[in-house]
Amino acid sequence: MHLFDPVFLARLQFAFTISFHILFPAFTIGIASWLAVVEWRWLKTGNPVFESVYRMWVKIFAVNFGMGVVSGIVLSYQFGTNWSAFSDRTGNILGPLLGFEVLTAFFLEASFLGIMLFGWKRVGKMAHFGATVIVAVGTLISAFWILSANSWMQTPQGFIKGADGIFYPTNWIRIIFNPSFPYRFVHMVAAAYLTTAFVVGGVGAYYLWRRRHVGSARVMFGMAMIMAVFVAPLQLFFGDLHGLNTLEHQPAKVSAMEGLWETQRGAPLKLFGWPDQKKETTLYALEVPKLSSLILTHDFNGEVKGLKEWPSEDRPPAAWIFWSFRIMVGIGLLMIATGIAAVILFLRKRLFDTRWFQFWCMALTPSGFLAVLTGWCVTEIGRQPFIVYNVMRTADSVSPVGSGPVALSLGAFFLVYTVIFGAGTYYILKLIGKGPDMPEDASFGTHGLKKPLLVVDRS
Amino acid sequence: MFSFENILDLPIIWYALIGTAVFLYVLLDGFDLGVGILFPFAPSDQSRDRIMNSIAPFWDGNETWLVLGGGGLFAAFPLAYAVLMPAFYLPIIFMLLGLIFRGVAFEFRFKAFGWSRKAWNYAFHLGSLTAAFMQGVVLGTFVQGIAVEGRRFAGGALDWVSPFALMTGAALVFGYALLGATWIIMKTDGETQEWARNYAGSICVCVALFMALVTLSTPLINNDIKTLWFSLPNFFYLSPLPLLAFGMFLLLWKDLRRKKECRPFFLSIGIFLMNYLGLGISLWPWIVPFRFTLWEAAAAPQSQSLLLAGTLFLLPMVLGYTAYSFYTFRGKASPEGYY
Repeated sequence: MHLFDPVFLARLQFAFTISFHILFPAFTIGIASWLAVVEWRWLKTGNPVFESVYRMWVKIFAVNFGMGVVSGIVLSYQFGTNWSAFSDRTGNILGPLLGFEVLTAFFLEASFLGIMLFGWKRVGKMAHFGATVIVAVGTLISAFWILSANSWMQTPQGFIKGADGIFYPTNWIRIIFNPSFPYRFVHMVAAAYLTTAFVVGGVGAYYLWRRRHVGSARVMFGMAMIMAVFVAPLQLFFGDLHGLNTLEHQPAKVSAMEGLWETQRGAPLKLFGWPDQKKETTLYALEVPKLSSLILTHDFNGEVKGLKEWPSEDRPPAAWIFWSFRIMVGIGLLMIATGIAAVILFLRKRLFDTRWFQFWCMALTPSGFLAVLTGWCVTEIGRQPFIVYNVMRTADSVSPVGSGPVALSLGAFFLVYTVIFGAGTYYILKLIGKGPDMPEDASFGTHGLKKPLLVVDRS
Repeated sequence: MFSFENILDLPIIWYALIGTAVFLYVLLDGFDLGVGILFPFAPSDQSRDRIMNSIAPFWDGNETWLVLGGGGLFAAFPLAYAVLMPAFYLPIIFMLLGLIFRGVAFEFRFKAFGWSRKAWNYAFHLGSLTAAFMQGVVLGTFVQGIAVEGRRFAGGALDWVSPFALMTGAALVFGYALLGATWIIMKTDGETQEWARNYAGSICVCVALFMALVTLSTPLINNDIKTLWFSLPNFFYLSPLPLLAFGMFLLLWKDLRRKKECRPFFLSIGIFLMNYLGLGISLWPWIVPFRFTLWEAAAAPQSQSLLLAGTLFLLPMVLGYTAYSFYTFRGKASPEGYY
C-alpha cells in the first residue's frame, strides 16, 4: 500500500480521529451513570462526602465532555468529507439512525449538561439530580444509536441493494436490531463502566496511598471495586457471547483473532505468535492443543475455519487483529484479578489500607482506555477489506478528494489533537491533584480499616 | 414498510426542516461565535469572564444544531451530503479545527492562569473567527455552484477560493459579531454592556454595507437569480424582504442610541432571517445549486418517512428543553466562575 494512496490516508485519518474520539465517550458514559449514583446517595444520606466527590468529578466530566463534543462533530462531518461514496450509498439506512442519535441524545445531553454544570444555584436539588440522570440516560441513548449503525455495517440486514449500488431499507427493525447489535451494545457499555471504574478507582487509590482526602477516596475506591468485582467477570461472559456471535456472522474476523490459517478440527489456541499475511501462517506460535475449538464451539474436536477459506483479497490483516485481541483480553483478565483481590482484601478487612494493592490499582488507571481501543481495533480491522461487511468495500467508499488535502487535514488533526489532548490531560491531572473540597474526616465507611488512620492533609 | 410518500411531499418537508435547523444553528451558534469574535476587544478580564459565562451553558446545545444540520442532510438528502462535503473539504476541516479550539477553551481557560489563560483566550477568539469565516466561505461557494460529474464532486481542492466566497466569509464574521454584540448588551450591564453597545453601532454599519455588497453581487453570479429578483412582477412581490431588512437596520440603530437592552438582539435575528429567506428564494429548488434539485437528491421515501415520524415527536421536545435551558439561565450573567 502506497503511503500517499488517498484510500490509505482517508483510513488513517478516520482511524486517528475516531480512536481519539472514542476515549471520551468511553469515559463519559461511565462517569455520567456513576455521578447519577453518587448524587442519589448524597440526596438519600445527606452525607457531604458524596457531594464533594460529585463536585470534583463533575469538573473532570465537563473537560472530558467538551473534548468529546468537539471531536465528535469532526466525525459527523467526516462521513461526507472523506467517505462520500459510502455516504451516498448507505445514507438511506445510516442517515436516519444518526439523525435519531442527534434528536434523542445529543440535544438532551447538551441542554441538561448546562444545568448539571452551571445550574447549582438556579434549580432545586431534585431538578439538579434529574438533570444528572437525564445526561446519563442521554449517553446511553447515544451509544444505542451509534452502535446500532456500526453493528449494521458489521452484520448488515433488512435492506436491498439497487442496481445503482444504493442501499434501500426494507425492514427497520431488522436494520436497527441487526444480529451483532445487542452484543456490541452490552459489551461496549460494560467496557465504558469498567473504564470509568478503573479511572475512579485509580484516583481513589492514589489518595489512599498518599493518605489524602481519605473519606472521599474511600467512596471512589470502594465503588470502583464493586464494579471490578461484579462487572469485570460479567464482561468476560459478554465478550464470549459477542465472540460466538462474530463466529456465526463474521467468521473471518474470528479466524484472524485466533491466528488460524487452516480449517481444522480440534484447533489449538495460539497464545502468542506472529500471523504473517504473505506466508499464510502464524510464526513462532505458542499453542495449547484443542483449546480454540473448545472455546469457540464448546467441543474439543469442533471445526474452526482458517483464513485460507477466503480468497486472499477478502482477508482482514490478521496480525493487527490477533494482537489487539490479546491486549484487550489480557487487560480484561487483569481487571478480573483486581476484583478477586478486592474481595479477598475486603474479607480480611484490609481493602482500604493495602499499599501494594493501591499501587496496583493506580497502575491500572488507564487500562480501560487501552482495552476499549484494542477492542475496537479487533472489530473494525476485522471487518476489512469491507466497509459494509461482504457488501461494500472500503476501497470503493472514499471521496473524490486528492491525497494532498487529506494529508494536510490528517497532519492538522494530528497536531491539534496532540495539543488539545495534552492540555486536557494536564487540566484533568490538575483537578485530580487538587482533589475534592472537603474538610478531612474519616467518618465515612470505616469498614475495612483495622484502626482509624492518622489523616494528614498534605494539600 | 410505512411511508408517507403518497400523502406528503417529503422532500419539501425535509428541505424546510433542514433549512430551519441550519437557521437555528446560525442564530444560536451565531451569537456565541460572535462573542468569541469580539472576545479580545472586551474592556477587561472581568468583562471577558462575564461574557464567557453568558454563553457557557448554551454553546454545546447551540453546536448540536450544526450536527443536526449535517446529520439531517446525510439522512434526508444523502446525495447532496455526498457531493457537497468533498467540495467544501478544506473549509469544513478548517471550520472543525476552529470549533475544536473554541470548544475546549470554555473548559480550559477557567482552569488556566497567567500566560496559558491568555493563550486559551486567543484560541477561543481565533477558533470562533475561523469557524465563522469558513462557514461564510462555504455559503459563498454553495451559492456560486460547484462542479459535479455523475453523483460526485468533480472540482479541485481550492475551488472555494474566490472573491465572492471570501467576501461572504467576511460578511458572516461581521454578521455573527452583530449577534454577539447585541447578545452581550442583553446579558450584561455596566462597562461590558457599554462597550458592546459601542461596538454594535459600528458593526451594524459594516453589516449593512456587506449586505448591500452581497445582495447586489449575487444576481451578477447567476442569471436565473437575476431574473428571479429583477423581473416584473417578482420585483414587487420580493421587495418587502430588503425593505424590511432596511427598516430593521434603522430601528436597530435607534435602539442602540436609546440604550434598549433586549430588542437589538431580536432585530439582529430579524435581519438574519430576511437574508436567509432571500437566499432560500434565490436558490429554490436547488440543494446542490444548479445541479441537483431537492427531489433529485432526496433519500428513499421510507427513510425520510421514518425520521420524519420521529422528528415530529422529538423536535418539539428538543425545542421545549432548549427553551427551558435558556429560561433557567435567564437574566444578566455574572462574572464569577461556575460550579
